[in-house]
Amino acid sequence: MSGDAPRAEWAGEEPLVFELSRDYTGGPREVASGVPERPLGDLLPGVRLRAEPPPIPSIAEPVLARHVGRLARRNHHLHHGIYPLGSCTMKYNPVVDEQLAGLPGFADIHPYQDEDDVQGALQVMWELERLLAELTGMARFTLQPAAGAHGEWTGLRMIQAHHASRGDRDRTRVVIPDSAHGTNPASATLAGLEVVTVRSTREGTVDVDDLRSRLDPSVAAIMLTNPNTLGVFERDILEIAEVAHRNGSLLYYDGANLNALVGVARPGDMGFDVVHLNLHKTFSTPHGGGGPGSGPVGVAEALARFLPTPIVERDGDRFRLDRDRPHSIGKVRAHHGNFGMLVRAYAYLRAYGSDIPEVARDAVLNARYLASRLGDLFPPAVPSPCMHELVVSTRGSRAPGLRALDVAKRLLDHGVYAPTTYFPTTVPEALMFEPTETESKRSLDQLADICAGIVAEAERDLAHVQAAPHTTPIRRVDEVAAARHPVLRWTAEP
Amino acid sequence: MEGTRTGYLPNGDDDRLLMLQAVGAGSVDDLFTAVPEHLLNPRLSLPAPLAEQELIAELERLAGRNRPLGGVDCFLGAGVYRRHIPAIVRATVARPEFYTAYTPYQAEASQGTLQSIFEFQSMICALTGLEVANASLYDGASAAAEAVMLAVAHTGRRRVLASADLHPETLSVIRTFASGRGVAVDTVSDCRGAVSERHACAVVAQPGFLGTVTDLAPVAEAAHSAGALAICSVDPFACVLLEPPGVLGFDIAVGDGQPLGIPPSFGGPHVGFMAVREELMRRIPGRLVGLARDLDGRRAYTLTLQAREQHIRRERATSNICTNHALTALAATVYMARMGAGGMRRVAELSVQRAHHLAGLLGACEGFALADPDRCFLWEAAVRVPGDAAGFVRAMRAEGIVAGLPLGSVDPARRDQVLVCCTETTSPAAIARYAAGAARWGAAQRRAVGAPA
Repeated sequence: MSGDAPRAEWAGEEPLVFELSRDYTGGPREVASGVPERPLGDLLPGVRLRAEPPPIPSIAEPVLARHVGRLARRNHHLHHGIYPLGSCTMKYNPVVDEQLAGLPGFADIHPYQDEDDVQGALQVMWELERLLAELTGMARFTLQPAAGAHGEWTGLRMIQAHHASRGDRDRTRVVIPDSAHGTNPASATLAGLEVVTVRSTREGTVDVDDLRSRLDPSVAAIMLTNPNTLGVFERDILEIAEVAHRNGSLLYYDGANLNALVGVARPGDMGFDVVHLNLHKTFSTPHGGGGPGSGPVGVAEALARFLPTPIVERDGDRFRLDRDRPHSIGKVRAHHGNFGMLVRAYAYLRAYGSDIPEVARDAVLNARYLASRLGDLFPPAVPSPCMHELVVSTRGSRAPGLRALDVAKRLLDHGVYAPTTYFPTTVPEALMFEPTETESKRSLDQLADICAGIVAEAERDLAHVQAAPHTTPIRRVDEVAAARHPVLRWTAEP
Repeated sequence: MEGTRTGYLPNGDDDRLLMLQAVGAGSVDDLFTAVPEHLLNPRLSLPAPLAEQELIAELERLAGRNRPLGGVDCFLGAGVYRRHIPAIVRATVARPEFYTAYTPYQAEASQGTLQSIFEFQSMICALTGLEVANASLYDGASAAAEAVMLAVAHTGRRRVLASADLHPETLSVIRTFASGRGVAVDTVSDCRGAVSERHACAVVAQPGFLGTVTDLAPVAEAAHSAGALAICSVDPFACVLLEPPGVLGFDIAVGDGQPLGIPPSFGGPHVGFMAVREELMRRIPGRLVGLARDLDGRRAYTLTLQAREQHIRRERATSNICTNHALTALAATVYMARMGAGGMRRVAELSVQRAHHLAGLLGACEGFALADPDRCFLWEAAVRVPGDAAGFVRAMRAEGIVAGLPLGSVDPARRDQVLVCCTETTSPAAIARYAAGAARWGAAQRRAVGAPA
């Protein structure tokens, strides 16, 4: 550790763009209209034009470039260091995929162009759908949802449509484990469903007896993540599927953790009826600082008629958009989804092709190895061996009083992003690490060594760890004041 | 092929062996014993892996089956616009510091993303004339649907009123959201007289889907007298030219930021935005970034008011949204910072001038006329075409002109109309070619009609 002074490139405040200029009327050179111009008042009679320009300044390009550059340096990112954020699958994003998505043939096409002019785009969507179906064991996919949570809600809406089509209108509840992602219950509420929580066992898997006791004719679906958020494979999955289906309920797969299984085992073969995937997790499309993502949803054959409209169909060599889908739940967003993300995921899948199981195998090996390296430092949350991610607790480390938050913040000083903290909520002082398959053994050893160093440091000088981070551009934020007196936009001083 | 590495995996077999020894496993297969054996390693039909060079060739071949707008005269808009993107916008979103980062949970190591979102929120407030904007949403259509759900939660009412001139995709998404919650959607051509005390909100668009603008202040007034919220779905460029929704009395403004430096990309990713009045702050969905202080009193940006969100509130959250569209919001932020309000205003005016010039030229073409001549339009308008509009668009396509959206697919009553758009990227020469093509089509239609049967 090279001292605790702020790293030079991070030091100092960066002004807001609003402080770099107050020029609200200037701007870069614009082309001439090249047509005879008429006063706006004549073209737009009776229309109330904006009297004062909005306070958005034009910044000269050299000044803006430096602003952007300085902001960039104040971010942790994958080209700088490991990003072991559990449940987020922060794997490396291949550079070539960025280049390919930017090809004019993909980026400069319009969703309402003639189908003859976008055959390549429709083919990418059609082929990506086939690849996702093959990897999950589902019949058809919609590529429309923009994110995982958006996919969850889309999937639940199709499940509701399925029950309604059978005259089964009283299925108003959805069963979700206590360890589930927060989006699961939130999506259920948005779909108008009531949430029933099922307990986990001490091994970290769904308590099947508790699950049975909660099933009745009001249950529309059971939502599961597998492996679950503790990184443990639900070994009773076949029994759960049988119990669910005997009850007339459908089984929903939250694909957040598919990276543990991609190409190795398929949700469809486990008995899942509906699957959402996070292309920004398993299929490496970049997270973009919080999106855009992509959350395709796959369904078994019986549910295919409920998919959002349109979907891509193939007639010989020609691809077309099928909008004539009377049973569809409708549109869940404009157009065809985050197409730019679909191109990246397609390129990623074509690069791996039949080698894709190696992704899951290395993801699990990396996590298991990291678990073995961290085992002496932090006790695991559950005794079951982990798959692609591991949850440990700082409670029980050699440094009494060392909290998950403190470890997370001290890691930032070492150029490592923090793991997910305090999740799942069923584990006290939880740290959830997901290394992904794109970290080398050397990188995992470094992470483990840094963690060991933090525990040793906490034994000597807990206060120093509790005050971390010390070398980042800012220290810990007064979150309470931020929430009590929210300042959510820049305003000109009076 | 000894030494060849698979895909993007850094470890080799020597590393794997050491790691397996450390975990006490004989093989990687031993790590999957929790999975029922008959589920493991299914026989999959997948293509062969590709070297980077092959991958590029394959994707370039597919891209080559599309016809990019840069190679044609483009007059197609209808909610997705081809505007000039300053080079610095593309350069910014291509930086790994931004595109490979995730949601800024750890503020200390994410100040770059957080500050850029704070700037985005501030700019959206400035544009819309409202007080609180969120960190972005998926797109304009889902943003409108989220706003409708906000109004339902805020008023406790189970009906919403939507103007028929909302974008059809927006209306469709509102219906899908509403049906899940048992909320009824009434669609009317004029919201002023139709909003009642049963409605949670009135939703209108500026400009409307057909490019026209109307004075919307009376809609906001009518909504408020019925105790409903007023929601405006707005084009960001309309906000620099016209009185913005906040000034007109609206409670919520939503829209799509695609025209702000984001390529069409076959419909996505774009970026949705939402701004609300201060009293609705705690109901707004999605991430919010606040300006605060760190322990040393330095300026610090952080995610705030997270008690609204799904990871804290679970089934009681204001929305299920988790991921937003931070990277496209960054593109919009850098776009706006480069252009400034002044640059954006010139772009808007240029678009208006060119669109009105084209409308004038078309008015002189046989059989062509504005479909709604009594209404004001900005840079897009429905134009009546002699004969079948879809046929006209096909004929123009053969001349390298993407002539607009034939409206029959949206409204059968408008099957003789095409929605035509001009922006600052529509050159005067292209406009002249459009007018010439229209004149030829008009003459050909007359000959066809006039010909003996």
